[in-house]
Formats: sequence, C-alpha cells, structure tokens
Amino acid sequence: MALTPLIAEDGALYQRDRAWHPPAATPGYKSTTLRAPKHALLSLAPTKSEMTGPTFGHGILQPLDNDLIRNYSQDGSEAIGQRIVVYGQVLDENARPVRNTLVEFWQANAGGRYRHKREGYLAALDPNFGGCGRAITDDNGYYHFRTVKPGAYPWPNGGNDWRPAHIHFSVFGTAFAQRLITQMYFEGDPMIWQDPIALSIPDSAAVEQLIARLDRHNTTPMDALAYRFDIVLRGRRSTIFENKMEGN
Amino acid sequence: MLSQPPPLKESPSQTAGPYVHIGMTPSLEGITGPNVKDLGSGPVEAGAGPRISVTGRIFDGSGAPVNDAVIELWQADTDGNHKQAWGRVAVDGTGSFSFDTVKPGRVAGPDGKPMAPHVTLWIVARGINIGLHTRLYFDDETEANAADFVLNRIMDPRRRKTLIAVRSEASGRVTYSLDIRLQGDGETVFFDI
Repeated sequence: MALTPLIAEDGALYQRDRAWHPPAATPGYKSTTLRAPKHALLSLAPTKSEMTGPTFGHGILQPLDNDLIRNYSQDGSEAIGQRIVVYGQVLDENARPVRNTLVEFWQANAGGRYRHKREGYLAALDPNFGGCGRAITDDNGYYHFRTVKPGAYPWPNGGNDWRPAHIHFSVFGTAFAQRLITQMYFEGDPMIWQDPIALSIPDSAAVEQLIARLDRHNTTPMDALAYRFDIVLRGRRSTIFENKMEGN
Repeated sequence: MLSQPPPLKESPSQTAGPYVHIGMTPSLEGITGPNVKDLGSGPVEAGAGPRISVTGRIFDGSGAPVNDAVIELWQADTDGNHKQAWGRVAVDGTGSFSFDTVKPGRVAGPDGKPMAPHVTLWIVARGINIGLHTRLYFDDETEANAADFVLNRIMDPRRRKTLIAVRSEASGRVTYSLDIRLQGDGETVFFDI
C-alpha cells in the first residue's frame, strides 16, 4: 500500500460531525426557516486558509475582562444577582488542552434582560451590568470568569417560549476551521428541555455537553458558587505520513 | 497507525442569537469604557499593500436584508502568508458590511498549486445554528480563478459566481463587492471544511 503524501503541512482536522451539531434548519426555532442554506454544504479539505487563524495575546485583555460583576460598573457598585464563577478547560477532540486561545462570553443580567438596543423585555436593566467579557486560556487550557447567573427570559418564537438561563461563548482555537459559537446551560434547569434552541441539537447527549456542572469544591466560600463548563474544539487527525510529524 | 475516532466530541454549536453584539461588538451597544474594547474593528492588520474595501450585503431566503449578522474575515497578506489579518464587523440595518483591508496574495492549495487570491468569511447570526464558512474571490483574477481548486469543486459553474466579488473604483479607492444570500435564488456556496 502506497503511503499517503503529506497534504496540508499543518495536518488535517477530524471531519465535523454534522449529526452532533444542530442542522441548519430547525423549524421549532423559527428564525432558521429563511436563514438556513438549502444547498448541501460543499465539503472541502481545509487548506492553509482554514488551518490557520488569528491569535490573541494577553495584551488585548483589560484588567476586568473576566469579571462581569465589576467590568461595567458605573458608580462603583457591583452587578446585582447570584454571584457565580464559571470556569473550564478548552480541549480538542484528542483531549489535549487548547492553550492561549481567546474565549469570549456574553449574557443577560440576573433578571433575564440584555443590554441591547433591540431588546424589549420588560425586566429592568442593571445599570452596573454590561454582560460582556473575555479570557485567554492558560497553559493547561483553563479559563475562568466571575459573573452573575443570568435569568431566563421570554422570546418571540412560539406564543410563550422562554430561554433557559444561558451564557453565550465564542472560541477561536488555532485554526479558523475550529471557530465555534455555542451556549452554556446550567445543571438541573428543567427549562433546557423545552427550549427550541437547545433542542435544535438532535442528540440529548450533545445537549448534555453544553450543561455546566455545579462544582461545590471550587465554590468561593461566602462569595460565589462555581460552575464548570469544558469546551471541545475540533482536533487534528493522526494520518499516515511519509515523514511522521513531530509530536504526532 | 491508522486514525482512531477521537476520544471527545466537539461541543455542539448554538446560534449566536440576536444579541451577539454584546459579546462581539460591544461598543455598538454602548458597552464601552476602559474595561471593554471591540476586537477586530477598524482596518484589518493585513500588512503592506494597497488598501481595498470588501463590501456587500447579506440577505435571507425571502430577499430581506439580514440586519443582525456578524461577519469575520481571515486572509493572507500580499505575500500569501497568514499572519494576523483578521477582522470582525456587525452588519448595519440594511444588512451591509464593509472591511478595510489589503488584497491578499496567493496561498498554496492542497495540490501544491497556488489558490486564487481570496478571503475567508465566517457568518453568524440569529437563526444560523452553526457558523457559515465561505470565501470571497476577486473578479479581476480571471486566470487564477479559472484554475482555483475550490472554485472548480463547485459542480454548477453558475454557482461559482456567488463567491466572486465585483471590482469598482471611486476617488482612487478600490472596492470589491459581493452579496451573500443565505438561501434561495443565488444562494451563496457555503463550505463544510
């Protein structure tokens, strides 16, 4: 058998398991109806254009980027709500930590209200809560931030649909083909299983992967509960190379 | 050894939602101050070379503008090297986007031959369950485009033009324009990469 020549110098990624992700069109989430491509996606082995991606140094971070309780404080007061620490590890599919990668997060306030001009929910804005933060993973792939637990809120989809409490995440990885946006839910929340957006994911085991676990051990005593949320990005395949790549 | 299935599953995608701007372009929502800055705004750090604009509008399957998308751009510099040429914009109320960048050079493709100059785009929005990858090519690269392995993978040649931006020039500024159609007539080619 002839050896496959090395094609992409950066190595290939595992094919994305599209059955694990939500399909483009999920009628229960009505906004997808006119925004889902109808043509099949064109399968493309990643080239340098997708196997590379932007990197971000710690220089982009502001001191309070990972503290949503204080990073939008207008009068020195802290944000209102249940104080929590959210932390976790960014890994690839091979269970290797993804180091020095940018993680961005945004969320509603404790009442379920977003600081956004198109948001009309009657719950009050918190003058000291913006709802935006970011972190860069450490050498073991860990990130952490402090925030308040977001509230559930109603949204115009069905006649009376409510989003479960959730935090949005954006993660970069090292290749543009790894780029991912997802949402984190909270352990024990019955609202998850009636949410058209969580249920856009066909496999309940995949939904479970987005549910952060309460972590009593890492609770900050007399201050904040802790939730652990690990994020997995696509990993690189190990292939038959004529010259084995280092570290493979 | 042969490749085994990986031990972990990729985290499933979820829509960026209508409030994506809070996290990705916070200044648009008045979330500013010493502690929060937008990333990827302003001219793309694409190095030396003549500046160009890459513009377009984004439409849904009914032809209505998508006014709440965020688009990221990633590209090579004029020498064909990917360094830090990344940008991020929120579309405006008419679905329009614009990047101030440099026309990229050619990047080697998997067959060893250079691909035609292109930028990679990634689109997220409410109603998009998983970010959409596409490319923008340049209509003044006829020869390179004709030989590009990605464009040639598109079986229906009529669909290739959904990726090819049209050049115009005004007041010495070169602009390449391409509309993105999520669905329906003229649907943009999106990639599973």
